[in-house]
Amino acid sequence: MSATEATTGSQPAIRTRGVTRDFKAGQQTIRVLHGIDLDVCPGELTYLVGESGSGKTTMISIMCGILWPTDGDVEVFGTDIYSLSDTDLVNFRLQNIGFIFQQYNLIPSIDAASNAAVPLIAQGMDRLEARDRAVAMLDKLNIADQADKLPNQLSGGQQQRVAIARALVHEPRLVVCDEPTAALDAKSGRRVMDLLREVGVAEDRSVIIVTHDNRIFDLADRILVLEDGRITHDGTDMPEDH
Amino acid sequence: MLWIAIRMLTGDKQKFYGLLFGIAFSTLLITQQLTIFVNLLERGASGTYNVSSADVWVMDPVSRTTDVAYALPSTALDQVRGVPGVDWAVPHLRAQASVRTKDGDLEGVAIIGVDDATLIGLPKNMIDGSTEVLSQPDSVIIDDVGATRMFPGQSPIGERLELNDQRAVVRGVADAIPSFTSTVVLYTKYSQALRYVPGTRNRLSFVLVGAADGIDAKTLSERIEKQTGLKAQTRDEFARDGVQFIIENTGIPLNFGITVLLGFIVGVAIVGLTFSLFIRDNIKQFGALKAIGVTNGKIAQMVAVQAGMVGMIGYGLGVLGTVGFLTAFANDPTFKGFYIPWQIPLISFAAMVLIIVLTGWIALRGVMNTEPAAVFR
Repeated sequence: MSATEATTGSQPAIRTRGVTRDFKAGQQTIRVLHGIDLDVCPGELTYLVGESGSGKTTMISIMCGILWPTDGDVEVFGTDIYSLSDTDLVNFRLQNIGFIFQQYNLIPSIDAASNAAVPLIAQGMDRLEARDRAVAMLDKLNIADQADKLPNQLSGGQQQRVAIARALVHEPRLVVCDEPTAALDAKSGRRVMDLLREVGVAEDRSVIIVTHDNRIFDLADRILVLEDGRITHDGTDMPEDH
Repeated sequence: MLWIAIRMLTGDKQKFYGLLFGIAFSTLLITQQLTIFVNLLERGASGTYNVSSADVWVMDPVSRTTDVAYALPSTALDQVRGVPGVDWAVPHLRAQASVRTKDGDLEGVAIIGVDDATLIGLPKNMIDGSTEVLSQPDSVIIDDVGATRMFPGQSPIGERLELNDQRAVVRGVADAIPSFTSTVVLYTKYSQALRYVPGTRNRLSFVLVGAADGIDAKTLSERIEKQTGLKAQTRDEFARDGVQFIIENTGIPLNFGITVLLGFIVGVAIVGLTFSLFIRDNIKQFGALKAIGVTNGKIAQMVAVQAGMVGMIGYGLGVLGTVGFLTAFANDPTFKGFYIPWQIPLISFAAMVLIIVLTGWIALRGVMNTEPAAVFR
């Protein structure tokens, strides 16, 4: 199956079975993930929560196809992504996955609309057409009036909204976010998450967020707690002891 | 994506200008130094080039250049004239002398004695006066670089010189290619030159030969050598020997070679460092692009476009700088007649491409080695 032929339907957005990941540290091999079995459904806003070093960043990297597991299978919308060739996997990400990073990682020398248009341009769309679509997405996120500004002319919250626009502009079926509110104050973080929930979550799209920001836990449809490379909690709320 | 690559590059103005400076400076240094080197070398053949009408130069077998010549007996002239295929043959004298100017300064000069009747041996063009002035008593014609040097800011015409204790009057200025050492050159008739140069038994430096119609210079020179036992070279061969003499007997190739190498190293250092810094500053963005789904091939194209753009603009500025330098110093006797041979921009272009490929490759390795997963760390 090619990277873009993933099928939709009642199947989970992400299905992992027995995912383990080891890292070498000198002579030692450290197992960060211990055989994770997980199904993430479309239309869900899922939080992956855990202490530093619990393996949540490794898990999300494996789920979105940018870090190979040591063992186990990962299916994204029915596609066994690690059986794809390198080129097909890169293309799969480009077509199906949107990324939101903690530090936004916007290109400083191009304006907000062009930053948001990057996935479309990478897909080969004409730059001006891609920009128009990016401006429409920025409009949904209430910052169309900032479209012509460079990232350093925007506040942190605005930059994160541009990053969200970049993650959604090509209408991916999976959106992964790494600590999207970590660099924002409480008010901005809340506003960004409200927008992400409103614009990002859709019936055929799954959004997974790695976070430890307890101010936004109430927005989650599902919370997974990761401890020492194992999922210790799976529910709609945080467990009492966290 | 290439548009994004260019905007990433030009958006970081400090590094963009730093990269341009590195390439432009390197290109300027390489192009300018090679240009000066080649033009200086060609001056080793200036004595030959200044006598455009001679097809063959005949000399003592030990003579090497116009300035390193052993005198011939005067009978050599008749010997050469007797060789079939020689249309004409004239005497040519080259010697060193001292001049005392009216200010009392002492200046070493080269005296060139040209054929009394035909004046063959003079440069083709005159800047001031005509070649006919040599018919007047004690006349000498000075080369333009010598005129500038000995009579700065004034006309040399009519100036009296004490040339090896004898009277000489400057009556014309010749448009000549300066010698390698930019020595002042005084042209006079052969018979007059014999009076100026201290007496030795033989004073004929060269016999200049014109080939008859239908015989090529190479054949004629071989025939002259065979028949007279003298050394005979075509104009081009003798010019090449003049250049070769400088290469073999001066430190110029080494010195200029070192400067050109330094230009290359400076280019690699500045561009390499700046480009690596640029890539390092943008590594997160490149990582994000890789995570989003931009292929390594596309990333390589982006870096190649960035490097290529910097290279082309920097190279253009460097070559323009060299042209500007030569234009600015066009009237300076040191750089008279200097030009940029077409091969030199090609060489500096190749050097620029090498710098760009080398530094671009080093920078690209950093991007390629960046795992997409690094953006989540």
